[in-house]
Amino acid sequence: MNVLTIPASLDQQTVDQLLDQVVTIGDGRTLFDARHVRWVDPNGMVALLVAGSVARERHGEPPRLEPPESSDVFGYLARMGFFEQARQIFELDGRVPRRGGGSSDVLLEITPIRANDDVHAVVDRVQSRAGAILVSKLDYPATSVVPFSVILSEVCQNIIEHADGSGWVAAQAYNWARRLGRWVVVISVMDVGRGFRGSLADEHAARYGDRWGDATALEAAFLHGLTRFPDSGRGQGIQQIRRQVQRWNGAITIRSGTARIGQVPDWDDTPPMTEGLAPCPGAQIGIVLPARDGRA
Amino acid sequence: MTELPLDPIAIDVGSLVQRTVASLYSHLVTRQTGRAVRLAIEAQLESAGARSLSLIDFSEVTILDFSCADEVVAKLLQGHLHRHAREAFFVFGGVSEPHRDQIEVALHRQALGMVAETGPGRFELLGQKSPDELAVWTLLEERGLLTPEDVAELLASDEQRAALESLVARRLAFRSPITGRVHALSRLVEHLSGS
Repeated sequence: MNVLTIPASLDQQTVDQLLDQVVTIGDGRTLFDARHVRWVDPNGMVALLVAGSVARERHGEPPRLEPPESSDVFGYLARMGFFEQARQIFELDGRVPRRGGGSSDVLLEITPIRANDDVHAVVDRVQSRAGAILVSKLDYPATSVVPFSVILSEVCQNIIEHADGSGWVAAQAYNWARRLGRWVVVISVMDVGRGFRGSLADEHAARYGDRWGDATALEAAFLHGLTRFPDSGRGQGIQQIRRQVQRWNGAITIRSGTARIGQVPDWDDTPPMTEGLAPCPGAQIGIVLPARDGRA
Repeated sequence: MTELPLDPIAIDVGSLVQRTVASLYSHLVTRQTGRAVRLAIEAQLESAGARSLSLIDFSEVTILDFSCADEVVAKLLQGHLHRHAREAFFVFGGVSEPHRDQIEVALHRQALGMVAETGPGRFELLGQKSPDELAVWTLLEERGLLTPEDVAELLASDEQRAALESLVARRLAFRSPITGRVHALSRLVEHLSGS
């Protein structure tokens, strides 16, 4: 059995490591050893579901998951609804805890995105919580709940409209005291579909010729708003998400296939383009929205 | 035949959303929902005759995303703009600040304009427009209608008269085929908007 050791801190900065590992793992069943995880954020949780799905698809049987030993991390995963999703992918030892009451900083528990109704459910669900968190933690105006909901709607629709596969979304507010000295909201949306290159290839690959690849596909969608649809009204979703994230001085990155593109402010040192990653299916979108300047 | 061969109808988008997605909420999100709502609006227009004026009411819509703004607003306008057999005019009511950015983006993307009620009794011309179009539309909005004599007197330049023709062609103003008078759409839906 392959053993894949999950990083102790499973977040935006380490998910590439997890995804790279899972796509290069050898034949045979995989054990995801998460026993020593001490910290996990929405990117980490959702990436673990993606990694499990990749392993399951590749080997034709459910991988095993050893859950974190830390009661704090285990309890947090339970509150975020991780185990309800994980039991559909992994073989889990022992009883699967049900989703408990969310902590006050949970914006959105892990929610599967498979169809139109799921996006409506996400938008409905964040209405009651987003306002309070965006105002009290990020010092955003009360009206920001609308553009925040629109971001979530558009980013989730990316899965339905383009991925041709299922995915998940989750969001949580954190105090990034050491890293940024501010509160942030972290949004993670990931799928195991065909990725940006797969979505755009039929319509756009020919004009790029030899340059066509994951990086050019990401640039085409992220920077130029291209989609697989000829309709000129399409392609606005990601463009407008970028614009709103920039207004809030936030960061957005999208990994798809072997590349990752990003639009990051000066507080984030993520490069605008990374190539040479292991070819992970689907697309993995991470958004970080920081508190307004001066808000500790 | 009256001067205004139009029978304005009111369409409540909020209730269409609830019926379309069987939700208690009036969030106009996702392209699929937008498409369903647009088709429901178009179905209502089918019974409205060859020339129609519709007040599309957004006042019960809380969240409007970019995909729905494209489907419900831009595609609805685009689809009727060049249909000569069925002349449809639209005013969008209950357009509030949380809707504005999404609607403006969708309109500009397709070089469209629309008349919107953005507050009680306050109408604006949203989307793409030239400075002359905006000036002439504002004059028309203030006066309610322009007779051919008004046009000769008040629109001094060729550019302004061309702007009026453009507003009529873009269905942002209505010219009576009987009298040639040009009407502000806002006045024609006044009795429906509750303002």
